[in-house]
Amino acid sequence: MRTIAHTTNPGGSDMKARLIGIVVVLLAVSATAACGGGGNSSSGSSASSKTLTYWASNQGTSLENDKAVLTPELAKFEKQTGVKVNLQVIGWPDLLNKILGATTSGQGPDVLNIGNTWAASLQATGAFMPFDAAALTAIGGQDKFVPASFATGGTAGTAPTSVPLYALVYGLYYNKKMFADAGLQPPTTWQELVAAAVKLTDPAKKQYGMVLEGASYTESVHFAFIFGRQNGGQPFDAGGKPTFTSAGMVNGVKQYVDLLGKDKVVNPSNVQYKNGPEAPGDFAKGKAAMLMSQNNADNTLQADGMKSSEYGVVAIPAPSPLPPGGKDVASFVAGINLSIFKNTKNQDAALQFVKFMTSPEEQAILDKPFTALPVVKGGTVNFTDNKAEAAAFAQVLATKAEALPRVPAESAFETNVGAAVNSLLAQAATGKDVSISDIKAALQQAQDKMAAAGI
Amino acid sequence: MHEPRSFRVFRVVVVAGLGLFTLVPLYVMVTSALKPLGDVQGDFRWWPTHPTLRPFVDIWSTVPLARYFINSLVVCLVATAFSVLIAIFAAYAVSRYRFRGRRAFIGTVLSTQMFPGILFLLPLFLIFVNIDKQLGFTFLYQTRVGLIVTYLTFSLPFSIWMLASYLDGIPRDLDEAAKVDGCRALGALFRVVLPAARPGVIAVAVYAFMTAWGELLFASQMTNDATKTLAIGLQNYSTQINVYWNQVMAASLVVSVPVVVGFLLLQKYLVAGLTAGAVE
Amino acid sequence: MPVTTTTPTSRSAGTVPPVHRRRPDWNRRTPYLLILAAILLELLIHIVPMLVGIWMSFIKLNQFFIANWSKAPGAGLGNYKIAVDFSTPIGRALLHSFTVTCLYTLIVVGLSWLFGMSAAAVLQRGFRGRGGLRTLFLVPYSLPIYAGVITWSFMLQRDNGLVNHVLVSELHLLDHPPFWLIGNNAFVSVAVVALWRSWPFAFLMIMAGMQSIPDEVYEAAATDGANVWKQLRYITLGALRPVNVVLVLMLFLWTFNDFNTPFVLFGPTPPDSADLMSIHIYDNSFVNWNFGLGAAMSVLLLLFLLVVTGAYLLIANRRSRRA
Repeated sequence: MRTIAHTTNPGGSDMKARLIGIVVVLLAVSATAACGGGGNSSSGSSASSKTLTYWASNQGTSLENDKAVLTPELAKFEKQTGVKVNLQVIGWPDLLNKILGATTSGQGPDVLNIGNTWAASLQATGAFMPFDAAALTAIGGQDKFVPASFATGGTAGTAPTSVPLYALVYGLYYNKKMFADAGLQPPTTWQELVAAAVKLTDPAKKQYGMVLEGASYTESVHFAFIFGRQNGGQPFDAGGKPTFTSAGMVNGVKQYVDLLGKDKVVNPSNVQYKNGPEAPGDFAKGKAAMLMSQNNADNTLQADGMKSSEYGVVAIPAPSPLPPGGKDVASFVAGINLSIFKNTKNQDAALQFVKFMTSPEEQAILDKPFTALPVVKGGTVNFTDNKAEAAAFAQVLATKAEALPRVPAESAFETNVGAAVNSLLAQAATGKDVSISDIKAALQQAQDKMAAAGI
Repeated sequence: MHEPRSFRVFRVVVVAGLGLFTLVPLYVMVTSALKPLGDVQGDFRWWPTHPTLRPFVDIWSTVPLARYFINSLVVCLVATAFSVLIAIFAAYAVSRYRFRGRRAFIGTVLSTQMFPGILFLLPLFLIFVNIDKQLGFTFLYQTRVGLIVTYLTFSLPFSIWMLASYLDGIPRDLDEAAKVDGCRALGALFRVVLPAARPGVIAVAVYAFMTAWGELLFASQMTNDATKTLAIGLQNYSTQINVYWNQVMAASLVVSVPVVVGFLLLQKYLVAGLTAGAVE
Repeated sequence: MPVTTTTPTSRSAGTVPPVHRRRPDWNRRTPYLLILAAILLELLIHIVPMLVGIWMSFIKLNQFFIANWSKAPGAGLGNYKIAVDFSTPIGRALLHSFTVTCLYTLIVVGLSWLFGMSAAAVLQRGFRGRGGLRTLFLVPYSLPIYAGVITWSFMLQRDNGLVNHVLVSELHLLDHPPFWLIGNNAFVSVAVVALWRSWPFAFLMIMAGMQSIPDEVYEAAATDGANVWKQLRYITLGALRPVNVVLVLMLFLWTFNDFNTPFVLFGPTPPDSADLMSIHIYDNSFVNWNFGLGAAMSVLLLLFLLVVTGAYLLIANRRSRRA
C-alpha cells in the first residue's frame, strides 16, 4: 500500500493541477470550435431584405472555379440592385441530399440550382415557390425561354416551380481524322452509325467504334429514354403508370445494349466507367471513334488535349425508317434549373436574381465557362468556337429534344431503369447474349420496383 | 521464451502477407499522387511517365484543403477528448458498480449500434434545426459544434463497452488499495486504475478519433462550405468535368501524414502493463 | 460488489460516524452521476432520432409529405408488409440483400479478427522494426475512406488495374482478365476492400488488450514447458476473452451496417452480388423518396440485429460463467 502511494500518487495536488490544466485546454480548444466556422447565418434564409443565399451546383472544372466565375456576376448584381448574394457551391454527390435536408427542415437557401430532372419530384414536396403569372412576369416573361427547356420546370399543366438556367443536350461526337481516313461521312441514320462503328473497330489495336459510360446509371437511363422514344416507347403512360416493358422501350434498350453485345463496337471494359470523364477521355485519346455525350464534354476533351477542330458533332441519329410510333429524338432536355424556396423571406429579391441570371447578357457570360446552351430564345451559342458544333447542338435543343418524364417518381425511374440497363450491359460484357426476353425481364423488375416509390 | 520453428515461419508468413496486402494499395496511392493527370486516367503504369510534385501544389487551390483540414482536426480532436472522458466515467461506473439499471444502460447503449445511420440522419437533422430555432441562433445546424456533439456520441457506445472490458481486467485490489490510502472513488479512478488501463484508453481514443475523421454521411448533411470536413471535401476533387485522381491521392497522403505521425508517437503509450508488484 | 465501509485505519477513528452516514448516499449516487453525460448525449443524438425513425416506419412518408411530416397519412403496418412480402420483387430483393450482407459480414469479420489476432500475436514479442510494422498496419485505417476505396477501384479495373496486370500478365494465373467490379466478382471485391480497412482495427484493439497480460504469466508457462502456440491458446486467448467478445460483436454490427465502403465503390446502384443492406435501404429511402419504407426496413434490420446480439451475449456470458 505504501508502494502505491509512492509510485502513483507523488502528490495529490500535482494530479489535480494536471487535470485542471487539461480541462482548461479542452475548453479553449472547444471555444475555437464553436466560434469561427458555421456560427453565421450564411446557410439559412437571410432575414434582412438585402441578402440572398444562393446554392449553386458544380458546372465548371471545380467548385473553386464555379465560385471564381460566379462571384463577379454576383457583385454585378449587387451593384445593380443593392442585394448581396451569399454563394455556396455544392458538389453533385451532396446536392440532392442537401436539398432534401432543406426541404425537410424548412431551413434552406433562398435560391438554388437543381438538376432539371428533379423538378417534378421537388415540385411534389410543395417546398418550392410556384412561378405563377405574376412571378413569370417579374422574371421577364415565359416567352423569353426556349419552350423545350421551359417545359422541364415542373409537371405538365401546372405552374412550374423552377425555370431553366443552363441547357445541355446530347450529341454524337465523332473523330474527324478517323472518319476521313476510313472514307466515312458522319452518320445520319442509326444503321449508318453502326456500320461506321463496325468499320472503325479493331480490338487488336484497342480501337473501338464507340465508347460508353457503361456503369453510370444516369447515362444508361438517358439512352434508354432516347432510344425508347425513337422506337415508339414511353416510360410512363398518360396516367403516370410505368410502361417500361412496352415494345418500344424494350427495343430501345436493345438498340443501346446491342452496341456492346451484338455489334461489338464497344470495349467491354467500358462497363466499369461510371465517373463521367472516362468515356470522353478514351475518345480524346483516339481509343474510340465516336462518343455520345452532353455538350459539356467539350471541357473534358480539351482538358485531355483534344482540339475542337479535331472532332465534329451531329445529332444522334434514329433508325431509318422510324419504327411505328417512333420519333426522331436525339436527346432529352438536360440542364440546370433555378428554384426559389417557398419560405424565403426575400421573394422580391429572389425574383430579381432569377431575372438577372436568365437575362441574355448573363446567359452569354455564364454559358462559356459552364459549357452550356442558352435557355433564352435568340441566345448565341458561345461555349465553343467550332461553329458547326454550336449549330448542331442548338438545333438538337430546338427540334430534336424531349423532356424526361415529369413525374414525381422521376429519380426512382432513373435509378431503377438505369441499374437494369447497367446489368444488361454487364451481362453483354461478360460474353453472354442479351435477348429480348432478358431485356424485358430486367425492365419488368425495374417496373415492379417502382412500387417502392409508391406507384 | 521458447520459440518453435513453426512460429517463426508463421511470423514470416503473417508479416509478409499482411505487409504486402497493406503496402500494395499504398504504393498505388503514392505513385498516383506523383503522376500527371493523363497517367491516372489511362492505362495503369507501375511508375509515372514523368514524376511530378504538381498535384501536391494543386490540391490546395482546387479545393480549400487547408480549411477542411483544420475543420476536421478541430472537430475530431475535441470530439475525441470529450468522448474519451465521458466514456471513462461511464465505463468506470459499469465496471465497478452494480447499480440498478446497469443492464438497461448497457443494452440501450449497445442497441444504438444496430440502427443504420442513414435512417436517423434526417430526424437528427430536424432536431438540430429545431433546437437552433428555440435558441434563436445557429448553434448546432451546420456548425462544428453540431458535428462535434454528433461524433462524440457516435464513438461513445463502443468506447464505454471496450473500456469497461479493459477495466474489468484490472483487479479491484488496486481500487481498494487506493481507497484505503484515502482516495475517493474518482481519485482511485484517475490515479490508479486509469494509468493501468492506459493502452485501452489510448486504443479507444484512436478509435474515437478515426471514427470522426472518416465519417462521411453526417458530415455531408451537417456542414456548409465553411465547416466542411476532409472526409467529404476530398470528394470535391471529382467534378462535372474531370476527376483529379492524382490530386485525390496527394491530398489523402497529405492529410494522413499527421495521423500516421500521431500513431507513431502514441506507440509507446500503447505499450504498458501493471507495474510489477503494485498490489501487495 | 459494494464498497466496504469498514475503516480499519486509526486516523479516521474520530470521524467514523459522520463518514458512515454520508458514504452510502454518495456511493449510491456515484454511478448515476458517472453515466449522466453519456445518457444525455445518447438521448439527444441516438435515442430520440431512432424513435422518430421508428415512427417514420408507420407513416407514408414520401416526397409529398417530406416537407410536413405531421400531415403524412398513417400506414399502419403497410410499409412492413411491402418489405416482407417475398412474392414481390421488393421483398425478394430485400431477402437477397439480407443474405448477401450476412455472408459479407461473416467473411469480413472472421478474417479481420483472424488477421488482427495473428498480427498482434506475432508482433508482441520484441524484434527490430516492430514499431514501424505496427504503424504500417494501422495506415489503411487512418486513410480517408474515399481515397482508400478509390485506390482499390483503380486496382480492380479489368484492363488497366494492377490486380489483373499481376494475375494475368505477370503471374499467368489466369488466361483472360476477369471483371472485378461487376457480376459475381463484385462480392469478392467489396469484401476484400472492407477487410483491408477493418482488420487494422481488430489488430489495434487486440494489441492493446494483450498489453495488460503480465509477462510473469508467460514466463511461468514457459518454465512449465508450454511453447508459444500453447501459450497463445491458453493464456492469451483466455485473457483476451472480454476484449474479443466486445470486438467481434462490434465488428459484426458495424460491418453489417457499413454504408461507406460499398457506396464509394459502386455508387447507389451496386451489382446484385454486392447489394448490401445499407445501400438497399438507402435506395428505398433517399433515392425512391419513400422514407417510410426505408424506415420499416431499418426497423426490421434492427430487430434482427437485436436478436443476434442477444443470443451472442447469452452464449458468451454462459461460457464465461462456466470458465
